[in-house]
Amino acid sequence: MIRALHRWPGLLALALVTVLALSGAALSVFPAVERIAAPQADAGLTVAVLADRIQMVYPGVEQIRRSPSGRITAYWFDQGTPGASVIDPASGAGVASADPNQTERWLTNLHRSLFLGDGGRIAMAVGAAAMLVLSLTGAALVVRRVGGWRNWFAPLRGPLAGRLHVEIARIAVIGLVLSSTTALWMTASTFDLLPDGGTIPAMPTEVSGVTGFAPGQMDTLQQTPVAEFRELSFPYPGDATDVFTLKTDRGTGHLDQGDGALLVWADLTEWERVSETIYMLHTGQGAATLGLVLGLMAIGVPAMGATGFLVWLAGRRGRPRIRGNQPAGRAETILLVGSEGGSTWGFAATLHAALTEAGQSVHVGPMLGFAAERYARAERIIVLAATYGDGAAPASAKGFLDRLSALERAPDMPLAVLGFGDRSFPAYCAFAKTVASAAQAKGWPELTPLDTIDRQSPQDFARWGRALGEALGISLELSHQPVLPITERLTLVSRRDYGAEVQAPTAILRFALPRATPWQRLTGAGFARFTAGDLIGILPEGGTVPRLYSLASGHRDGFIEIVVKKHAGGLCSGQLTALQPGDTVTTFLRRNPGFRPGRGRAPLILIGAGTGIGPLAGFIRGNGRRRPVHLFFGMRHEGSDFFYGEDFPAWQEEGRLTRLVIAVSRGPRPHYVQDALLGEASQVVDLIRNGARVMVCGGRDMAAGVADALAEILAPVGLTPAVLKAEGRYVEDVY
Amino acid sequence: MKSLLATLALTTALTLPGLAMARPVTLTTTLNTYGGDGAYLALYVTDTSGAYVGSLWMAGGKSKYYEHLSDWYRATGGDTGQVNGITGASVGAGRTLEITLDLADALFDAGYTLHIDAAVEDMRDSPNEVAVPLTTEGAGTPVTGRRYIASFAYDM
Repeated sequence: MIRALHRWPGLLALALVTVLALSGAALSVFPAVERIAAPQADAGLTVAVLADRIQMVYPGVEQIRRSPSGRITAYWFDQGTPGASVIDPASGAGVASADPNQTERWLTNLHRSLFLGDGGRIAMAVGAAAMLVLSLTGAALVVRRVGGWRNWFAPLRGPLAGRLHVEIARIAVIGLVLSSTTALWMTASTFDLLPDGGTIPAMPTEVSGVTGFAPGQMDTLQQTPVAEFRELSFPYPGDATDVFTLKTDRGTGHLDQGDGALLVWADLTEWERVSETIYMLHTGQGAATLGLVLGLMAIGVPAMGATGFLVWLAGRRGRPRIRGNQPAGRAETILLVGSEGGSTWGFAATLHAALTEAGQSVHVGPMLGFAAERYARAERIIVLAATYGDGAAPASAKGFLDRLSALERAPDMPLAVLGFGDRSFPAYCAFAKTVASAAQAKGWPELTPLDTIDRQSPQDFARWGRALGEALGISLELSHQPVLPITERLTLVSRRDYGAEVQAPTAILRFALPRATPWQRLTGAGFARFTAGDLIGILPEGGTVPRLYSLASGHRDGFIEIVVKKHAGGLCSGQLTALQPGDTVTTFLRRNPGFRPGRGRAPLILIGAGTGIGPLAGFIRGNGRRRPVHLFFGMRHEGSDFFYGEDFPAWQEEGRLTRLVIAVSRGPRPHYVQDALLGEASQVVDLIRNGARVMVCGGRDMAAGVADALAEILAPVGLTPAVLKAEGRYVEDVY
Repeated sequence: MKSLLATLALTTALTLPGLAMARPVTLTTTLNTYGGDGAYLALYVTDTSGAYVGSLWMAGGKSKYYEHLSDWYRATGGDTGQVNGITGASVGAGRTLEITLDLADALFDAGYTLHIDAAVEDMRDSPNEVAVPLTTEGAGTPVTGRRYIASFAYDM
């Protein structure tokens, strides 16, 4: 609901909001320029002295005004010719033209009315309202994503567009809320919807009837400092009934031109004060620095518009059409989808197609549409659930848990739950786990145990499909292609072989970097820009499901490198480890922003075993800035599968690697990488207390062992891997 | 510059007690290119003693800005009732405002004066921009305003 309220005003008002933001940002500069350029009055200067000085230079002065920036302007008639000038208060003489700045005027009219008069003003007010709705719904979405207000500035993970969108938003949102609320107030004021009109005291009925009392002698003007002054209007020459009119920050009054007496005075009303403050907050006139800050924040709006549009587009693209979807009342199998960005729908479509192929009648719908009583012919329910943020329900699963708990008893047909998530998040598949345990608590029979899919892995999905097929008594082959990537053919240039002696033949494969097209270079698409830790998808010959490998090089290295172990019967690893220089493979790049060392000088603790060394070696090779790096590397046998063993001495000499600790599992005393960590416990604790970042890459069992070992090491200092994960200082790339 | 023709015919713009005869009068106000936003103009009449008699036209729709038409505002106390039904859009720099009204015969050659107050956003207020006696003789003779009005004339 919040997402829809964020998406549609965003898409519909994108152009309007962009014009508002850019013109507003440009306008924010003017008050600051005026503030700097205008000659300022000395602290102590009174209106009496100022008026005297100006009248000496311009005897025909009619009006003196002071803008919130402190700029003083005088208007006069000299022998019937009107004149105006910005005044130096020290001399009373003109120093600059008082004509309005044409650029500022043009921008102001664009900003408030698109040059379209009242209709344009209303359109821009609608734009401001859209901006306010976007800011508030956006803030709610950020809070949901990071898991509460306290985590407002927590580090983000996920695709670049979405991250940029939130990064800009969480800084700019405060300014945008302020600018849009004040804009709406000002529009209401312009259209007389607020009782904030000016209060000018009535003309006094009795005046002295004498003229010629010098303003410099008037008590009221002598008591009014220029800092409070706004406007002084002189009486008409020769009209004895006319008066001086003074406006200050406090109110408006009339002064007798014969004796200088204050005839009447009216204070500003509360409404006027509020409106003036709002005007100042919006325009920056009188608060130039604030204006500049708001202007800077407004510049973020077009960027948020563009990234927001990309996020929306990616979500749409990721959601496929489902052909032959059966009505819920007639389907034997009900697929319920809990998806935030839309990628889970793709898996649902694949499953739907495969089950339909196997002769089932299948209904696919969002989890929020869960209604057990409608599933008249259903024999099973399958839930495919992603997780939003810190374990919250994704958009299409809102209210599912409430509906489930409201049921008197669980449905009879059995349930299978499949979670989708990213292991680099602390709350991996948390929502799916919540659903599974709520179902269990309700006594809902289980079709298959809870399973999870890490980072849209087609292999995980195919494996789960086989388990599901077994439970259903059918053969189910799920070959899911998440998004059809643009592939490139890479040519092998060299290979280094290891591990044959320990029955784990492994190769470090180095491919030539393909020539990037100018467009790829510009946008960073394809292999034009990548870093170690990103993923390369390999499409094996004769296979439909790509296999993902972690990259051990970045584009700056000038080659593409991966570490591949040959699995018995593995189609892809078999083909890869058989490649000879000159052979080619079909590949695509998949970014992995969650697994990067990040900027900064904080030490890195890299922990890997087996082929998991690949991205870690890439980080070390790319560590030209000599950040402290401590590597814990687990292998079977030093003499056989010590990948990159030839490179480590040079990297250590060059300062790219600070320390290397190896753990060898084959031998008289089997030693695993978690044992190595425990052996170096005190140093690990010191590093982590100094802000070190932990990066783990390798098999699932190894990662679990490392997490246990770290928990043990960190317990005495009151830290846990979960805390580090939440801070973004503990990341895993696990397969 | 393209001139804006705001031709309006009003049956009775200014009702004076005891005056029955009226004739159509066209008021033509052309602004100079003063380099600012649209001007607010108040057209009104005072009698021999300078006392306010009534308003003929208000160019400018937002009453919160009327205080800048300072003579008119003083005379009326900012009463928008005075310009109810005889209010139009503000007039852009270089443009022409043309209004046709039925004015009572008794307003002419009897010491009445037509005034125009003008104001422009972020520029000087110009009360009494134009003050011209209403006479049959003076009809058709253009006069120049103090700051914003290039020429003003009334034709019968």
